Amino acid sequence: MQACRLSATNLACRRGERVLFRGLGMSLGPGEALEITGANGIGKSSLLRILAGLLPAYAGKVESEGTIGLIDEHPALDPHLPLGRALSFWADLDNIGFLARESICDRLGLGDLLDVPVGYLSTGQKKRAALARLIGQSAAVWLLDEPLNGLDRAAVALTEGLAAEHLAAGGICVIASHQNFTLARMQQLALESHAP
Amino acid sequence: MMPRLFVIFRRDLGLLLLGGRKGGTVLPLLFFLSVAMLFPFAVGPDASLLARTGGGVIWIAALLAAILPFDRLIEPDLELGFFDQWVLRGISEESVVAVRMLAHWLSFGPPLMLAALPASALLGLDGETLRLVELGLLAGTPGLAALGVTVAALTAGLRGGTALAGLLVIPLAVPLLIFGAGSLSTGGESGIALTGAVSLMLLAIAPFAAGAAIRAARG
Repeated sequence: MQACRLSATNLACRRGERVLFRGLGMSLGPGEALEITGANGIGKSSLLRILAGLLPAYAGKVESEGTIGLIDEHPALDPHLPLGRALSFWADLDNIGFLARESICDRLGLGDLLDVPVGYLSTGQKKRAALARLIGQSAAVWLLDEPLNGLDRAAVALTEGLAAEHLAAGGICVIASHQNFTLARMQQLALESHAP
Repeated sequence: MMPRLFVIFRRDLGLLLLGGRKGGTVLPLLFFLSVAMLFPFAVGPDASLLARTGGGVIWIAALLAAILPFDRLIEPDLELGFFDQWVLRGISEESVVAVRMLAHWLSFGPPLMLAALPASALLGLDGETLRLVELGLLAGTPGLAALGVTVAALTAGLRGGTALAGLLVIPLAVPLLIFGAGSLSTGGESGIALTGAVSLMLLAIAPFAAGAAIRAARG
């Protein structure tokens, strides 16, 4: 695992006319995880997108080292393509060998779904496909926005296991979830305390 | 290892060429041919009138046919989160847009130039006019592709974006039309050279304008 670090100082986010949060600071090193909590609309997804560098911060700054992987509500898979081909676009882009692709798909239980068009998959199946994309990216920093949405119990345990492995390998996880994401030694960040 | 932009280019071709998302290249082509077919019905079988105006009709039909695939140029990838994932991998919007311009041109430029052959027969154009039309399309369609991708990026995420994109692109395409179709009446190649110049300018600006538009749409 490459060296990684993710820190934010005095971060503020504004959407439209509203300031969602301000004065937010955090710092994560290898093997550390952070859970972001807060009610709907408080800015969890926006925070993750700011950390990913996809959204400009209204104030403050984010410093990161290591590649960033993001899972959110968008699976980034072509709906009309069979899952196998949609995933292999990302596998080609991330330059993963054939064997690694197979083992990732087996791990996530996607082996039987590879011929099914992405548009026909259920929410949970798409989420698992997105997880396969994330693993293939071998990013050091994982930003997970509602990673457990639509997953069955086995898949929830699997996702938690993957995150734990990622941390053990020296990665970073930032998780925003309304479900209970079980992970040992997870820091908590309540966005309510940073509301303006 | 395949270069990453080549992987993206291959996907773009799959989306835009035959059998891709929503009909690929076939729909614009049929639209183009049906305009060329309807025109003689509308103005009557006057051969000299058709020969005089036919080149211009081909140009207008080409312009309108190029507008048809607008809704699948940028918007779906923005919606599905592809651009987010590319940015995370350090692939800039500009390079994605440049690749997409090439794929978009391949999906309608050469097919339109081929379809211009039967269209010119339907309109009774002579060989010299056909030559100028083909050269003009070769010079003008890359500019149309650049315009198309830029305007599609500007209107991505807006409600009724496709209709708006069509309206926006028409005034911007007027220089291409003036020089491209104008070369038919002056009978010279200078008009085609100017069409090529307009195209090159659009090609140079488009990746940056479209890249900025996509970044703004994400914010």
